[in-house]
Amino acid sequence: MKCAVCGRKAAVEVRRQGRAFCPEHYLEWFEHQVARAIRRHRMLEKDDRVLVAVSGGKDSIALWEVLRRLGYDTTGLHIQLGIDDYSKRALEATRRFAEERGLPLIVVDLKEAYRLSIPELAELTRRRACSVCGLTKRYVMNRVAVEEGFDAVATGHNLDDEASVLLGNVLHWQTDALVRQGPVLPAKEKLAKRVKPLYLLTEREILAYTLLRRLPYQHEECPFAVGAKSLLYKEALNKLETAMPGTKQTFLEQYLKKIEPVLQKGLSAEEVALKECERCGYPTTGEVCAFCKTWDHAYRWAKRKGQIPGELRFEAEPRLTFIPEGKRGGDARPAPAQEPAG
Amino acid sequence: MRVVLRTPEREERELKGPKKVREVLEELGIVPEGVIVARGEELLTLDDEVADDDTLEVISAVSGGAR
Repeated sequence: MKCAVCGRKAAVEVRRQGRAFCPEHYLEWFEHQVARAIRRHRMLEKDDRVLVAVSGGKDSIALWEVLRRLGYDTTGLHIQLGIDDYSKRALEATRRFAEERGLPLIVVDLKEAYRLSIPELAELTRRRACSVCGLTKRYVMNRVAVEEGFDAVATGHNLDDEASVLLGNVLHWQTDALVRQGPVLPAKEKLAKRVKPLYLLTEREILAYTLLRRLPYQHEECPFAVGAKSLLYKEALNKLETAMPGTKQTFLEQYLKKIEPVLQKGLSAEEVALKECERCGYPTTGEVCAFCKTWDHAYRWAKRKGQIPGELRFEAEPRLTFIPEGKRGGDARPAPAQEPAG
Repeated sequence: MRVVLRTPEREERELKGPKKVREVLEELGIVPEGVIVARGEELLTLDDEVADDDTLEVISAVSGGAR
């Protein structure tokens, strides 16, 4: 198989486009795809300050690298989930990437900020770890972006993530979730703009980019992801994709083009106005937001079990650790510089 | 040939070569869309032929959980 650009031996095949590329032209193609998605959906302006949500996995690391190469002003945000050594290795990969490139990084350690880790939060609330983890990450990302004055939060969601979420939402006809599927969620009062520049690139393509660029990333899977429905949906879609290249892209793109606008219109009458959460002041449809409700609930049980002092009240403001740009090697300890948010 | 699977747990298999990468994955029952196959630092396409004395790595691209 030959490179579609130069005719040399190909290293990566992009079956859905019927093309293959050598390493050099693959990297070029990949970065061009991201730049095009950003332009097409007006995700970012050239001088935007972008907060990149970085878990340390291949998608977020590849995203940060491409945005950096495209010349955006980026800062990483890494959330320490407290999932034993898995989380420690995630921070190591993230720090190594940031330090090697002289990029600024903000770390929020949930256990330090809120006294509980994700496994503890899941156990105390009797909810699935992925559910409370997703809720907490979205809240922290938004709050840091709003309070630190970023123009947008960029996440590493890829075509497989988006297509599998779409499949899950369609299988259960989750209309409220279906209308929030786009690659850009616009900013509202106290809600930062959220963008997904990798939404048309597959996980396989992102992994190829990460390997060819030799980016440090965390290979291992989160222990809580085992048996997750999203993996089942992804596997099913990958079987379809192998038999019919382009299936995932068509499924997502045609949904966004043809169905989502109709759903948006049809559901607009049901749209509930946002108000401020009584506990934290951030937008919610109810009196108290889901984040505060979940953590308040966990605190009540943690107090009963003696895990935290009885007089402790849950405070939603995250504590941030700033790791300044250009900081290299030598200091493998958790970042010493502590600055409060806001 | 030695095939090191990282899907994502590490596992090793021995297969007879030469054959195409596509056949290696078929024999292992792995869906090609979810993985990258590498020989050292070289990434391989499904049509590439691999030899009996090659060592391959099959790296999973799929990640799940809260996104």
